[in-house]
Amino acid sequence: MATKTRPGARIKLNSVSLDAEDYKRIAKKHEPSRSVFSNCARAFLVGGVICTIGQAIQEFFKAVFDMSEREAANPTVAVLIIISIILTSMGVYDKIAQWAGAGSAVPVTGFANSMCSSALESRSEGLVLGVGANMFKLAGSVIVFGVVAAFVIGIIYAIFGIQGGHS
Amino acid sequence: MIFLWAFLIGGAFCVVGQLMFDVGKLTPAHTMSTLVVVGAVLDGLGWYEPLVKFAGAGASVPITSFGNSLVHGAVTELHRDGWIGVITGIFDVTSAGISSAIIFSFLAALVVRPKG
Repeated sequence: MATKTRPGARIKLNSVSLDAEDYKRIAKKHEPSRSVFSNCARAFLVGGVICTIGQAIQEFFKAVFDMSEREAANPTVAVLIIISIILTSMGVYDKIAQWAGAGSAVPVTGFANSMCSSALESRSEGLVLGVGANMFKLAGSVIVFGVVAAFVIGIIYAIFGIQGGHS
Repeated sequence: MIFLWAFLIGGAFCVVGQLMFDVGKLTPAHTMSTLVVVGAVLDGLGWYEPLVKFAGAGASVPITSFGNSLVHGAVTELHRDGWIGVITGIFDVTSAGISSAIIFSFLAALVVRPKG
């Protein structure tokens, strides 16, 4: 259970239990500000490694199950999501995220991490009102804006009769 | 070689995200939403697919590829089924990602004891 703290109240991080988002926010406020350059270097490194792992998984599916590039994309994403959710459940992903910033947030693993940590945090409120209602608390905005953008673009394609390279 | 490009392009997407955090002062939710829309627009212009061909997972793992897949599904079904395809096709390609994220997050919530 997250303890309610007054804004600006002094708290000891190791004695008060917080949910991951609170913790991240507070930790950010207290840690010495890092240079933009080193943040970017970390994001580049971790993001690159995650994508390289993704590529390795994709090559695995292509080699073992004889899939095409396109067929292998879906299982690859699914495997990355499972890995991310396991790491989130163990509390490891949030530690990586603190170090890596956008490097662990931008890949699809960050999307899964946001859903899983919302689900875990709200478990105490019950399965329906907690897990069910809050799972998309952070990921929802991504889906909403993605779908609306896709709809608008789809309509533009339809109106102008564009025959793009989509197959 | 594809591994090197996956690393470089994937890393580059993350640097863009980090710059939006640090320089743009955007929240993670704003950053992710923006990147998804960027991915959707890039696919609308037909530029994302060549990038995936070139960089493999470097382009298909970052969240921008989610926007790309949404548009891809919508446009593919638009060409196949006509107007209604824009609605029915949106989640066509992304089902694997969204469904597995929902299912496994739910299972994790059932199994894992909340920390703290």
